[in-house]
Amino acid sequence: MSAPEVTAAPAGAWWRRPAVRVWGGVAVAAVVLFGLAPALLSDFRLNLLAKFLCLAMVAVGIGLAWGRGGMLVLGQGVFFGIGGYLMAMHMKLSDAGPGGVPDFMLLYGDGVVPGWWEPLRSPVVTVLAILVLPAAIAALLGLAVFRRRVRGAYFAILSQALAAAFAILLVGQQKVTGGTNGLNGFRSFFGFDLADPVNKRMLYFIAAGVLIAMVVVVRLLMVSRYGELLVAVRDQENRVRFLGYDPANVKVVAYAVAACFAGIGGALFAPVVGIISPADVGVIPSIGFLVGVAIGGRATLLGPVLGAVAVSWAETGLSEQFPSFWTYFQGALFILVVAFLPQGFASLGGLWRRRRGASGDARDQPAPATGTPDEAPAHDAGTASTAGRHA
Amino acid sequence: MDALFSQLFAGLSLGSVLLLAALGLALTFGQMGVINMAHGEFMMAGAYTAFVLQTFIPDAGVSLLVALPVGFVVGGLLGLLLEVTLISRMYRRPLDTLLVTFGVALVLQQLARDVFGAPNVDVRAPAWLSGAVPVLGMNLPKTRLFILALAIACVVALSLVLRMTSLGRRIRATVQNRDLAETSGVSTRATDRLTFFVGSGVAGVAGVALTLLGSIGPTLGTNYIVDAFLVVVVGGIGQLKGAVIAAFSLGILQATFEYSTTASLAKVLLFVVIVAFLQVRPQGLVSVRTRSLA
Repeated sequence: MSAPEVTAAPAGAWWRRPAVRVWGGVAVAAVVLFGLAPALLSDFRLNLLAKFLCLAMVAVGIGLAWGRGGMLVLGQGVFFGIGGYLMAMHMKLSDAGPGGVPDFMLLYGDGVVPGWWEPLRSPVVTVLAILVLPAAIAALLGLAVFRRRVRGAYFAILSQALAAAFAILLVGQQKVTGGTNGLNGFRSFFGFDLADPVNKRMLYFIAAGVLIAMVVVVRLLMVSRYGELLVAVRDQENRVRFLGYDPANVKVVAYAVAACFAGIGGALFAPVVGIISPADVGVIPSIGFLVGVAIGGRATLLGPVLGAVAVSWAETGLSEQFPSFWTYFQGALFILVVAFLPQGFASLGGLWRRRRGASGDARDQPAPATGTPDEAPAHDAGTASTAGRHA
Repeated sequence: MDALFSQLFAGLSLGSVLLLAALGLALTFGQMGVINMAHGEFMMAGAYTAFVLQTFIPDAGVSLLVALPVGFVVGGLLGLLLEVTLISRMYRRPLDTLLVTFGVALVLQQLARDVFGAPNVDVRAPAWLSGAVPVLGMNLPKTRLFILALAIACVVALSLVLRMTSLGRRIRATVQNRDLAETSGVSTRATDRLTFFVGSGVAGVAGVALTLLGSIGPTLGTNYIVDAFLVVVVGGIGQLKGAVIAAFSLGILQATFEYSTTASLAKVLLFVVIVAFLQVRPQGLVSVRTRSLA
């Protein structure tokens, strides 16, 4: 696995090489996001797409932590929420003007801005907090649980409990968080008027650029030595330990990066959608983030992105007309994809290639255990030799 | 003294609800390593069973007593169906069962919403459970006492099943060493199915009990599932003992936190305490000693 580019590339055409495929995919995505979408979509649709891109940012992080690292992160809503609320608090404060008090505090509270809100008047502090705070919280929790070798189901349940506690806290502290209604009614984003369609477009371009940057970061992480360690920890944690590495540190990094991505996604979600509330961060939305990742292919690079965008798109389209149908559909998708297509739709291509390879040209058949990180299946209990069968 | 006693009772009462919710979960999680997110929806099914039964049986007291066994069977059958159709196919992938059963939970919730409507419904409490019992100058609500008694009865019944019956022997053998049990002639497949039936049945009973505490709705299960899982995590996989101790400790802790802060802060504090506790005992209170590396 030391040089996945070489071992994985089957003898054959240059366009099948993983690096070419990945960078080609990123280039295509850039053309679509920056060229085609703004040209073809109305302002309303483009804003909707920007929202989906924010959700896809969370999915990229989940792909790293869950798909590559084998950590089932059920509480990403927390980090999404922290990013979203930080940005929303900043926007509320800047709307209120220097020394002003956000409107909802006058409504529910005593009209005094609490001390811990004050630093967020500064745009620089806000951006730094969005980048650092979710990652720091994830790192702390990760160090606490991974060092004590709490993992698997226990970690999943803890991260889920964190999401539940966070949502309850937000609802309970109505005076400072807006309670169930959350924070909404933002007028400006770092001084730019949010009612202006030009600025809305700018937000879309920011979201698209950030998302592509995240995919590139994950790709660079995955081909590095760290990326191989992460996959090794997922598949054989004890062997990694025997080799002298501390698996806890490896996991903490992936968890913190995923949290950071989720925080950025939330921070852009708030101005794009115009509201952030406990309904966006609780247990159900947190698990909902996983649907797109599972469907797209958790262990692939672009699968989570495409899956998240596709699922959000379908949800918006279908749930407006058939609200109850959508929930059945979402449930059924979860059941069918996870139970019968654990690697998501991204694995269909590999299955098809393998079948064709088996019937005809044997050279085309990729060696099961030496797949690229992009094709390495995540399996929680199996060993590397069963990889081919799982996919 | 009075404050302390009322704290203790509030904690025990909360703990008994947690215990009812977590008991079946502890059984299925301990035996099969399966994380059943639909467990809360089985509780909801039990609660709606009580709601449906009261339309047929006018006497609230009789309908409650009938609802308990019927709720057990309804929850159990749902669990059996889930085990046979989905979980049996994927018990080597425990994390994935969590997602699959979450999908099942979504479907069941929506089903309840479509059948019974989104608004909450009420189940009449029987006359003999209205009012309170005065103890040491305190008034303890009879419904709370009934749930406490029910939780204790469930624990006693389950431990009798585990200790005295052949099913119990097979369950204990499978929990301790699945492969060895299989080699010794225990059909672990059949045991899994029965365990799931019993575990989900307890969820149904829990649901019936919850109708005494307030109105019930499609999201009933969601409200309890996270807490129930926390009880299992703190209790540790293994015997029921862990779940019992964990449920009552968490109940008392939360009641104490709520008394000194607010309900929302109490939840956060409880979470911090649990993470801190896992630093000391990562495998939970009661864990089976093994020589594995985990």
